Amino acid sequence: MPLLNASGCLDALTAPEVARSLDAFVTKTVTPLPREGNPPPRIAETDDWMLNSIGLQNPGIDAWAEDSYPRLVELDAELWVSVGGFSAHDYALVCERLDDLKGVAAIELNLSCPNVDEAPETAAELTAGARAATAKPLYAKLSPQTSDIAEAARAVEAAGADGLSLVNTLRGLALDPHTLRPRLALGAGGASGPALRPIALACVHACARAVELPIVGMGGVAAGRDALDLVAAGATAVALGTILFADPHAPARIRAELESELRARGHSSAAEIRGIALGSAAPAEASSK
Amino acid sequence: MLAGRPARRELLAVKGTAQMGPYTLLRLERGGMEPGIPGQFFMLEAPGRILPRPMSLCLAPPGELAFLIDPIGAGTRALCGLRPGDAIHVLGPLGNGFDLDVERPLLVAGGIGIAPLPYLAERLGGDVPVLLGFRSDVHAEAARLLPDAEVVVEPRLVTELLPDDPGDVLACGPEPMLEALRELAPSSQLAWEAPMACGYGACYGCVVELSESYVRLCTYGPVLREGQTLDTSAGDDERATSE
Repeated sequence: MPLLNASGCLDALTAPEVARSLDAFVTKTVTPLPREGNPPPRIAETDDWMLNSIGLQNPGIDAWAEDSYPRLVELDAELWVSVGGFSAHDYALVCERLDDLKGVAAIELNLSCPNVDEAPETAAELTAGARAATAKPLYAKLSPQTSDIAEAARAVEAAGADGLSLVNTLRGLALDPHTLRPRLALGAGGASGPALRPIALACVHACARAVELPIVGMGGVAAGRDALDLVAAGATAVALGTILFADPHAPARIRAELESELRARGHSSAAEIRGIALGSAAPAEASSK
Repeated sequence: MLAGRPARRELLAVKGTAQMGPYTLLRLERGGMEPGIPGQFFMLEAPGRILPRPMSLCLAPPGELAFLIDPIGAGTRALCGLRPGDAIHVLGPLGNGFDLDVERPLLVAGGIGIAPLPYLAERLGGDVPVLLGFRSDVHAEAARLLPDAEVVVEPRLVTELLPDDPGDVLACGPEPMLEALRELAPSSQLAWEAPMACGYGACYGCVVELSESYVRLCTYGPVLREGQTLDTSAGDDERATSE
């Protein structure tokens, strides 16, 4: 079962050994033009969540292709590039540039960053524009903050997406206990961490029912059991986000834990339990009596 | 290894704690970890919290790593509440420490900024002048970590003690103090602070503005020196993100 990082949760150039411990490395989102990102403070922690407001800090596609890309290719890890922008034209432009780069294995469309202004087009329109610009595998990263994520999944599938990345962060706000002002410089930020887990699971479950696409499940994964749940809900791969901040060695640990979770249930591979939760509810012992 | 440096992550047992005014000195078994260079930092697992907390090393007796912690929030309070028998994961050493190749060192700290100075003084040979400033007499109890230091308490400021020719200033403390030192002694080595999620360059949460760009303090600092511009960054990609 492939293990990836969630975009923006690892820099393979400062921690190459962590990137190599994954099956693929997903870059921080790249936009057409350089972005300085949001002013600090950019991170805060509440009892249940981590909040971030990084704001897509990145060198822009030109500098990225010239400076970061050659160094990332040298790492010898499968490379996925996260693409962002502020219009369908932006997404298509970056995808077109990436299409020429042999070392890019897949493109993830960041259609759901909570920390920057959104493109006016729908996720399906952005996906269709990107599809026209590249033949590389396209994964659409969707927000859990929608009334019907299965509908969004069907729409991006129809627009040409090859897979889904589920989910991005939720929008959250934390206040300073003394000043009662926002703790992040720009106010609200993206909320992640263990509390996102049941939300991500519900999204993966709903989308796996709605579409045939492969799904990279993510959201609060901190242990092998969490990865197991996502696969059971229909994920074909799992990505690690916030846990990497606390534990750069998490990939090896979670992989080992997943294997023992599978063994304990009499399975030899994750493929055997994929989508098992999509069937009817398991008979509970208490209710069957 | 992280970022080409010998950082490790280990579960370290708590040896004990000591109260220093409002601060707690947390003493951990060293395990197989390196103490690193003074001014480098470690990410300490804060029990019950999602993210670890960055702490510079305060003391490095044989077999031990000790951190001075100010209980300002839920994570630091959880760290101060650790007791022998507990154990936490520690990652480090991380970041860039002080350059110890100085002729006339003068150590300056404000408040919890005293944290890296005892280990720094030891590595500089022990017999170095130290200036300390604290908010109150209770906070100043932490000065017993450096018994020969000259100490002031507010409303007096530690920068008032700075001689006309301060020599090589190595300092840690609140931002206004560091800004003042940058004016008074431009060649100072200053240890800065920022909220961090990861400590190893992954999250881009700890940026500080330097030469009109946001650079990650964890990989570029936390100790910054005069004239440290983005172009001098060795092997990091900060230059790329600043263009």
